[in-house]
Amino acid sequence: MTASFDRRALATLPSRGELAQHDAAVWDLRRRRDAAVAEVPDWEALRDQAAAVKAFALDHLDELLLRFEERARAAGAHVHWASDATALCRIVSELFAARGARRIVKSKSMLTEECGLNRHLEARGFEVVDTDLGERIVQLAGEPPSHLIVPAIHKTRREIGTLFHRTMGTPEGEDDPERLTRLARADLRRRFLAADAGVTGANFAIADTGGIVIVTNEGNADLGTSLPPVHVACVGIEKLIPSLSDLPVFLRLLARSATGQPLSAYTSVITGPRPGGELHLVLVDNGRSALLADAAQRGSLACIRCGACLNTCPVYRRAGGHAYGTVIPGPIGSVLGPSVGGADGAELPFASSLCGSCSAVCPVKIDLHGQLLAWRSARPTPSRWQRLLVANAAWLMRSPTRVALVRRAARLVWPLLSRVERRNPAAPWLEERELPPLPRESFRAQWKRRRLAPGGASQPTARAPRV
Amino acid sequence: MTAGLDVALFVPCYVDQLAPEVAWATLCVLERAGCRVHYDPAQTCCGQPWVNLGARDAARRMAKKHLDRFAEAEVVVSPSASCVATVRHRYGGLDVCGAGDERTERTYELGEFLVGRLGTTKLGARFPYRVAVLQSCHGLRELGLGTPSERGPAPERPSPVDRLLDEVEDLTRIDAARPDECCGFGGAFSVTHPTLSGRMGRARLRAFHEAGADYVTGTDVSCLLHLDGIRRREGFGPRAIHLAEILANGARP
Repeated sequence: MTASFDRRALATLPSRGELAQHDAAVWDLRRRRDAAVAEVPDWEALRDQAAAVKAFALDHLDELLLRFEERARAAGAHVHWASDATALCRIVSELFAARGARRIVKSKSMLTEECGLNRHLEARGFEVVDTDLGERIVQLAGEPPSHLIVPAIHKTRREIGTLFHRTMGTPEGEDDPERLTRLARADLRRRFLAADAGVTGANFAIADTGGIVIVTNEGNADLGTSLPPVHVACVGIEKLIPSLSDLPVFLRLLARSATGQPLSAYTSVITGPRPGGELHLVLVDNGRSALLADAAQRGSLACIRCGACLNTCPVYRRAGGHAYGTVIPGPIGSVLGPSVGGADGAELPFASSLCGSCSAVCPVKIDLHGQLLAWRSARPTPSRWQRLLVANAAWLMRSPTRVALVRRAARLVWPLLSRVERRNPAAPWLEERELPPLPRESFRAQWKRRRLAPGGASQPTARAPRV
Repeated sequence: MTAGLDVALFVPCYVDQLAPEVAWATLCVLERAGCRVHYDPAQTCCGQPWVNLGARDAARRMAKKHLDRFAEAEVVVSPSASCVATVRHRYGGLDVCGAGDERTERTYELGEFLVGRLGTTKLGARFPYRVAVLQSCHGLRELGLGTPSERGPAPERPSPVDRLLDEVEDLTRIDAARPDECCGFGGAFSVTHPTLSGRMGRARLRAFHEAGADYVTGTDVSCLLHLDGIRRREGFGPRAIHLAEILANGARP
């Protein structure tokens, strides 16, 4: 019965030491976020405002997209439409092939991860270098990112030192984060200068101006869009906001929610190509319009990929991003899982205690745990016998007479449960904890007996607890 | 104080079986607060497990049964925040009643009923121990009992649990790190995802232990049973005790 999610969590963070380290590193981001939020008196009003802008944008997405296309073209950009991952990959690789571009620098974009763009380009002989340091680390390690904002948070500095030594020839045993960063930057700088084209995502797309907004801390997107002659930006259609005046509210929320910074180090608004350059904007659907049509799930399209729900999530912190088996982990990944994540994704809505911290932390107020619950109804429990069990249990529990029988049966088997090791309905509970001791009588039985006794029902004598 | 209110006691199914002392303590505290307490032994279950499993049909039938059972009640009080949150916040989505239906709105968690509805905090209890609070996620984030740590600057909304514990004689409050992190019970989650549930529970237990608590209290018996099960397995940490048991303890009539 134990979920495959649990098995993957055990594989991802096998020891108590790794578990504690991962939990602490991720919680530190939540702590920084809290400190930053405490400085913003109108935080909750900002969340309301951002949620309202996103709701408006999703309600008017058709108009906004067409306006965006028109204005972007007017500003000199080429606009392409990709209905799915295959289309995006084809458009991008054909663009590069036509221009003889071989060396590609790419800044962080979850959309290109989702669409498998790197794999597609590399298979066709293009050299793709991820230029965000965290992305570069997981790229060199041949792993998927494990977090939206800090893709290599699952790696220790020693692991990174060894990896850099093996792949970049850094000195053996070097694991000082600052020196490793400097060495990686020098390596990346050479690649930036030699690049034929740059690929980026976009944090926002502005319908009124036809511009896109890219936010980074490392400036890698700015180098990747300014040095090579061709810039291709992959933009999910849900990134649209109506106008530039809507942007500040999101900028105030985004960096604070992600890392606790008041503002990211680099925020670039790119409207049209730079002089002498080419700008291609690929608007990607890949399942988004289907999600938009699903009233219970469309809210997740408001996501600005800040990662705050991951940082606060007690499940994510103790499972590690790779346990999710999908491109996007954490609560938002579990919400998107059933629509994009294949077989593993369908199980994800159950990998939550529904504590609601994700919904409370979300800067655009996505009802994440509500949407997880909605998925559970839409895709009920995985196996048929479980569904049967669930339905029969409900039938048993609806009538007081049947409940009385269940109670009697439970009392008979209870003492056996904690003794039998396996093949026992309580086994999953006993994996981690003891069963509660069964009192001699239920409240109901005690109450009935006392009511019949002289003096009436309610003369309980509170006992002083024994320590 | 509203004197002589008639209160229907809602004893969740698992509290009835596994923690009768919590139901007694609740009854005792309500009577001390001046209520006439009624208990209908034919009550079964609010349907929370089915709600959380996404078994809507089963949940809807349970919910209907539950509402019928308490149809005559003026107010319904329960020592389980998550069951109360199910009635108040999830029944609407099951189409058994409209959102904010009067029959669900009159269902209260014990602490919020005492403080919010009766305006009572002083119950004459004494509990000479160091006590930490395990927040019920449903109580905190769905019923709004207190201020979740995620919230931005806002006027502090003191939780009924804090206000009630403040008045308990000789009780020392202990604050643990990460004041409202989930303990990992999560209903079916505790058996479908035991590894994660256990990891989360051990982390909470350790936090309470390191803060030096003798007892950990809360408004959800289920979370407390889970945490206490881990304590007995691991062999360290504070014992679990429900808020009602503290309020009923050593009380002077």
